[in-house]
Amino acid sequence: MARMKFLCDAERCIECNGCVTACKQENEVPWGVNRRRVVTLNDGIPGERSISVACMHCSDAPCMAVCPVDCFYRTDEGVVLHDKDLCIGCGYCFYACPFGAPQFPQAGAFGLRGKMDKCTFCAGGPEKDNSKEEYAKYGSNRLAQGKLPACAEMCSTKALLGGDSDIISDIYRQRVLKRGKGSEVWGWGTAYGKPDNPQAKPPQGAKS
Amino acid sequence: MRTRFGLLFAALVAAVLVSGCGEREQVVVYKQGKYQGKPDSKPWDNDPGSALYTTSKWTRGDKTGWETALRSRNQSQNEYTRAE
Repeated sequence: MARMKFLCDAERCIECNGCVTACKQENEVPWGVNRRRVVTLNDGIPGERSISVACMHCSDAPCMAVCPVDCFYRTDEGVVLHDKDLCIGCGYCFYACPFGAPQFPQAGAFGLRGKMDKCTFCAGGPEKDNSKEEYAKYGSNRLAQGKLPACAEMCSTKALLGGDSDIISDIYRQRVLKRGKGSEVWGWGTAYGKPDNPQAKPPQGAKS
Repeated sequence: MRTRFGLLFAALVAAVLVSGCGEREQVVVYKQGKYQGKPDSKPWDNDPGSALYTTSKWTRGDKTGWETALRSRNQSQNEYTRAE
């Protein structure tokens, strides 16, 4: 199997926030923490585009590189996860992440940060699969149930695709060929571009 | 012979007692660039029947079966194949 990836089709996203709601509900994400959110570019101007943003589970994840306690790991399927028992809530990953994925619940007075929380691709974390402990710390482990992330499966317009990169890129390719426009995939260059390749640049958005 | 056995026994008891006084590292020693947390299990090392509303089927530990199940589930995101 190829790597697990997210792909957001800006041509299709209608900013319904269904993915945000699905994520919140599936993982019981606390108030103040948003693992996924919808960002609208050029809001109110004709040609505006909306994109659903969460952790992209980067090939060369900057969060992994900067973590001082090395609490991040990558699974065989390419999902970037972390161990909350080790996280010290320093916030380095938040500064390093190009997508603003790491979230920090308030853990006390004076803005004290709790342990980092982020999208897990609905793959749980380093606890027994589908256990109470895993659910409490990381949320649902849908991959271990043979399911895909709730946000992608719940998307009403199928703008947000999630799963095996070979398959979702095939689906997207077929779509682009049918409609004849909108081939730019937002965030893929940043998340999955080769780090040693200086030519890898994020695509210029909102052209179509 | 008896004295030697006694000495050996005393040395063994002393070694066991002294080992209790050993000082172990109380904090995690981090190795830069290496994951320091708990190991995670593989998603296919589960019984799919234990989850609610699961359509995917595979046997525990069958990686290929899990991948096939997930691939077919992935195709449900392609409405062109569903509509045509």
